[in-house]
Amino acid sequence: MKVHEYQAKEILRRYGVTTPKGHVTDSPEEARQIAKDLGGKAVVKAQIHAGGRGKGGGVKLAKTPDEAFEAAQKIIGMQLVTHQTGPEGRKVKKVLVEEAANIAQELYLGITLDRAIGKPVLMASKFGGMEIEEVAHRDPSAILKEPFDAIAGLAPFQARKVAYALGLTGETHKKAVPFLLALAKAYVETDCSLAEINPLMITAEGDVVALDAKMNFDDNALFRHLDIKEFRDLDEEDPLEVEASKFNLNYIKLDGNVGCMVNGAGLAMSTMDIIQYAGGSPANFLDVGGGANEEQVKNAMRIILSDPHVKGVLINIFGGIMRCDVIASGVVKAVKEIGCTIPVVVRLEGTNVEEGKQILRDSGLAVIPADGMKDAAEKIIAAVKKGEN
Amino acid sequence: MASWLSTDTKVVVQGLTGREGKYHGLAGRDYGTQVVAGVTPGKGGTAVEGIPVFDTVHEAVAKTGANASLLFVPPPAAADGIMEAADAGVALIIAITEGIPVNDMIRAKAFLAERPGVRLVGPNCPGVIRPSAKVKLGIMPARIHRPGKVGIVSRSGTLTYEAVGQTTALGLGQSTCVGIGGDPVNGTNFIDCLTMFKDDPETEAIIMIGEIGGSAEEEAAEWIAANLKKPVASFIAGRTAPPGRRMGHAGAIISGGKGTATEKVAALRAAGVLVADSPALIGETLMQAIKG
Ligand SMILES: Nc1ncnc2c1ncn2[C@@H]1O[C@H](COP(=O)(O)OP(=O)(O)OP(=O)(O)O)[C@@H](O)[C@H]1O
Ligand SMILES: [Mg+2]
Repeated sequence: MKVHEYQAKEILRRYGVTTPKGHVTDSPEEARQIAKDLGGKAVVKAQIHAGGRGKGGGVKLAKTPDEAFEAAQKIIGMQLVTHQTGPEGRKVKKVLVEEAANIAQELYLGITLDRAIGKPVLMASKFGGMEIEEVAHRDPSAILKEPFDAIAGLAPFQARKVAYALGLTGETHKKAVPFLLALAKAYVETDCSLAEINPLMITAEGDVVALDAKMNFDDNALFRHLDIKEFRDLDEEDPLEVEASKFNLNYIKLDGNVGCMVNGAGLAMSTMDIIQYAGGSPANFLDVGGGANEEQVKNAMRIILSDPHVKGVLINIFGGIMRCDVIASGVVKAVKEIGCTIPVVVRLEGTNVEEGKQILRDSGLAVIPADGMKDAAEKIIAAVKKGEN
Repeated sequence: MASWLSTDTKVVVQGLTGREGKYHGLAGRDYGTQVVAGVTPGKGGTAVEGIPVFDTVHEAVAKTGANASLLFVPPPAAADGIMEAADAGVALIIAITEGIPVNDMIRAKAFLAERPGVRLVGPNCPGVIRPSAKVKLGIMPARIHRPGKVGIVSRSGTLTYEAVGQTTALGLGQSTCVGIGGDPVNGTNFIDCLTMFKDDPETEAIIMIGEIGGSAEEEAAEWIAANLKKPVASFIAGRTAPPGRRMGHAGAIISGGKGTATEKVAALRAAGVLVADSPALIGETLMQAIKG
């Protein structure tokens, strides 16, 4: 799960990470007042779940409270496009109004899991700010990587080492060490999958401050962080994906016209692969998961059909933990309730396959049976093409 | 070393009294597997279709001699269940549970690191099956398997069944099939399985199914080039998947550009592995690899 910058900063402050003073608001009037309280000069920052806001025009410096008002008025309600939002951009609902910092230096800090070693890794670079990905690409050695033990946490000697490697000395070094320890502690204790400070600012006065903060959380661990779970912003997610998540379905909307319902992420990805291989284009990724019940399958079908671009549905089930009879009766119920006029190709294999096929035959519905993935992909693409003519 | 499963494998099902545990535990027994015990804290003294249930894995091992565990414990308690099995001396732990927190798995792996004799497969995997010994520890549909010569290892559950179905249809059959699971932190990896297949006299050819993300396939490719003479065919799922929606940069930086399907396919081909372009062609690609 992702959270907004202002929420990430709130969490980090609980662990002792220094952030600029500021408040979030959805009103330009209030933005003016916040800027006034901060001493007049402020930075107004769009709050969306994507990076690259600065380059996209979502971060503006205001020299006076009136400028803060104007900036907020421009940013709130805008469709902000960055390299991480896709071309349609993301509608901004809120801005964070923060004290404008006296930046001496912008550094980079990030913590994420290194799957290859199964440990969190603290990454740090002297070249923080808006160009960090280019830096990583051009000169990987400019990024220091310090893996640490998730149980024991980042050790003080590691924090000292990283702070020296960042070129920090004296009082600034002394401030950076507890900053790093606090960030690592927050990462582990809140079950993050990503905690990133870019830029980490060194002020003209030598202070160490998180100017930006991005945090993602392990969805599987949210049950023990109910306070963080509250931060979920459904407006940042695709409405169909939100609907799917209510039924524990893993659905991702895509641009094509062949709806897919598959069990297992790997098979779901390969079903998308084979649809494209056969000359079609998938409308979604949908993994009904391991032990899906009839209700979930019914809702999966309903969600697929509610995408107006869908011109045909391919159901590809190789039942293991998922039983074919459960899939079949869920599909039959959904189609009968919703009334489905587009072609549906069903490929069933595995646990209880005969019972599943029988349920489909007995239903009297015009589903097209298929043998194997290739046959299924070819049949649905042919049926969709026929429908177009 | 030959297959991790044999006719001496005695299974304790952790979570036998739950819906999935019961269904798949009994299906394993029907297949011919010795399912000797179940464990559910608080339900000790009961039984599921004649299989005794204990409160702890330690007790189950002491009373029944179980040497392998099949784990269906719900996600919040699953990593604890893995550690309990390891502590009780179970040498092979197959964790089916999906949705275990990453930090819990990191803790469980540290616990296992101090017990080098214990092998964990999974979590979030379909399990392991050896048709010639009639041993099945997992959720795979038994009827699609045939005793034979192909070793199959996969990160994806259902895609493993696809490969199994195709090798059965071609009359090749399977020696041992291992689903290693798709979680970021897991036990057994590709190289562990390839090492087993290399030494397993029953395995004459290998199918390795990977997917986008991580660098396990690239590492396996390097290992294959240096160590493996048996023919290998592969498929990488997710070639047409849109780039995941990201936020922040750390993911891209840590992977250093690794993890795309293109890179994985290239690494495997460079190692002499035949890579199928379509998931429907996995079996045929293996036939080509066998012909050489
Ligand atoms: N409080 C502040 N005072 C002064 N400058 C700031 C402040 N906050 C942000 N900036 C400037 O704006 C730039 C962009 O802001 P920020 O990093 O928060 O957003 P972003 O562009 O979405 O980040 P990224 O590119 O890492 O995804 C920073 O690199 C910094 O130079
Ligand atoms: Mg930034």
